[in-house]
Amino acid sequence: MSRLVPPDPWSALRARTPARIAIGRSGSSLPTREVLAFSLAHAQARDAVHTPFAAEQVAAGIEALGVPTLRVDSAAADRATYLRRPDLGRRLSDASRIALAAARGPADLAIVVADGLSSTAVHAHAAPLIAALLPYARTEGWSLAPITVASQARVALGDEVGELLGARLVLLLVGERPGLSSPDSLGAYLTFQPRVGRTDAERNCVSNIRAEGLSYDRAAFKLAWLMREALRLSATGVSLKDESDIEGLPEAIAQPAIARDLDEPRSP
Amino acid sequence: MTFVSTIGATTWRFDGLADLLAKASPPRSGDALAGIAATSAQQNVAAKQALADVPLKTFLSEPLVPYEIDEVTRLILDSHDPAAFAPVSSLTVGEFRDWLLSEAATQAALARLASGLIPEMAAAVSKIMRNQDLILAASKCRVVTKFRNTIGLPGTMAVRLQPNHPTDDPAGVTASILDGLLYGCGDAVIGINPASDNLSVLGDLLRLMDDLIQRFEIPTQSCVLTHVTSAVDLVERGAPVDLVFQSIAGTEAANASFGVTLALLREGLDAGRSLKRGTVGDNVMYFETGQGSALSAGAHHGVDQQTLEARAYGVARAFEPLLVNSVVGFIGPEYLYDGKQIIRAGLEDHFCGKLLGAPLGVDVCHTNHAEADQDDMDTLLTLLAAAGVTFVMGVPGADDVMLNYQSTSFHDALYVRELLGLKRAPEFDAWLGRLRITGDDGRLAPARAGHPLLAGA
Repeated sequence: MSRLVPPDPWSALRARTPARIAIGRSGSSLPTREVLAFSLAHAQARDAVHTPFAAEQVAAGIEALGVPTLRVDSAAADRATYLRRPDLGRRLSDASRIALAAARGPADLAIVVADGLSSTAVHAHAAPLIAALLPYARTEGWSLAPITVASQARVALGDEVGELLGARLVLLLVGERPGLSSPDSLGAYLTFQPRVGRTDAERNCVSNIRAEGLSYDRAAFKLAWLMREALRLSATGVSLKDESDIEGLPEAIAQPAIARDLDEPRSP
Repeated sequence: MTFVSTIGATTWRFDGLADLLAKASPPRSGDALAGIAATSAQQNVAAKQALADVPLKTFLSEPLVPYEIDEVTRLILDSHDPAAFAPVSSLTVGEFRDWLLSEAATQAALARLASGLIPEMAAAVSKIMRNQDLILAASKCRVVTKFRNTIGLPGTMAVRLQPNHPTDDPAGVTASILDGLLYGCGDAVIGINPASDNLSVLGDLLRLMDDLIQRFEIPTQSCVLTHVTSAVDLVERGAPVDLVFQSIAGTEAANASFGVTLALLREGLDAGRSLKRGTVGDNVMYFETGQGSALSAGAHHGVDQQTLEARAYGVARAFEPLLVNSVVGFIGPEYLYDGKQIIRAGLEDHFCGKLLGAPLGVDVCHTNHAEADQDDMDTLLTLLAAAGVTFVMGVPGADDVMLNYQSTSFHDALYVRELLGLKRAPEFDAWLGRLRITGDDGRLAPARAGHPLLAGA
């Protein structure tokens, strides 16, 4: 704190949350130190949005787990188009559509890895999360389509991919829109009977998968629960409420599972 | 109906009311994405000129979204009050702008007019108003609502305390709530966007806030922003639900993409009111909206995003909400590209909502993939406060660590209070004084250790 800004007496509470609490005040306003810290975080998040997606490396990391992958592109040719044209990011390019049709299932589950708005998140978390998910798929006996790695892709791209692959369920892992304190947050969207035209209300979401948020093991546990229930109920979305019980896990605490679309933002 | 505007040697034609409204809209990326925006600056102004000559009555006879296929259209037209409309029923859109800015448009006259206006009229006139017109006209509209305190009185501005936490951790949420209360925020609502949609987690969050509100006798209300069907479930499970939340939009199909219908909203309203938890009123609904949500859901029917946003307020007001929040910058650059578009949209939304009688607050916000920063947020916050905005958000340090976007901070609220002399809801203001969080002048008292609020932490 500067000499002119007395500390808030509740600064000990800062250990309980990543939120910017007990930051003091200069009169009514933010202290200088906080204004500059915020500016730096914003600059870092802005830069993270535009980091190029290393799709080949991500695919190699997944293949190292012993599962085949396919590379596809959305109809958005570059990042600038992607940001202004979400409709293009939701559909496959013509070439990718043809390539996927050749890999048609049937399969119980198709996993899609999409760069979304943070390729940083996908680089860091996609392969480790898939590694945590594969044992559940094996235990349940689910048949897997090849894992699809998609560039310039939004959540709804999973509908077309899942439909082409003949999957009962599509799980799309996507880089969430970067926050000031979380440039690398991964989201997971689950859609039963994927086909072009599914709405957000027909999906379930597990959000904030990253080191400071939801761990790989806990995210995988929750997703496996949701996938089992989705296959049992033949539905995802608002009719599938997350009531997974995670008391059996060490360090169990309540964790996210929401139908909130972070790469195609709307009112929260 | 074709609308025509002639400028010099050029004649501009607009194919129907929806096309005219879209071409007359101030530029924004969402309308361009939908392929309905004006393609030149002159076409934009030509459309404004043609729109100014359209009689307000036209909007009653020519629905933008067909009555037969859209329950929002049916709600809007079936609930229109011709008697309330009478004072302006002979005016064109252009004359209506003049009337709104005239001495005839007093606070009382505007309050009487609200049920006589439909959202399309509000949207139309907003398109030919400059920012200063939107600010001045909105400042004359007051919408007062009540639950445990009184929101929207002249000279006041409330703040939603938004204590989100990435994993809904109770201690983390509590820390942010205490921080906000000690910064004098939380009169609109203490409202959590949960990371989870697990009903037992949501119930725990509701009990956490209820305990705090009861223990310290805070004259405010709480809300967990979850789907209306979850709120109804929680009410049935005996959870302490104050406000029932839902995101809504301006068409039936867009609402379907949120998993709601008007009948479901009615169920939510009934469930919330059945608990009778309000002490000074029974406005129990909290709605959030945002330009672009209908297009995002592929449910826009060729209508521009600002007009559809006004239609969402037509939905909201039918349920007598305590709070309606336009989350203006959250949607992203494909709908509102930069600070200029976000600022314009925020002022339009606030004006249209207030004119229609909805208690409009604005989440002055932006995302990291939009061309905007906190300077733009300062501008919009200041303009909205001058326009009499009902409430804004209070997020610790303006950084929402769960939803990953930048909003306004507790400090921002203090800044506009100091600048413009805006008070809090009176019941909450008195409570802050009793707990000596504020001094006699309503400003924050010097922070002291051992405050009773902290003893409970």
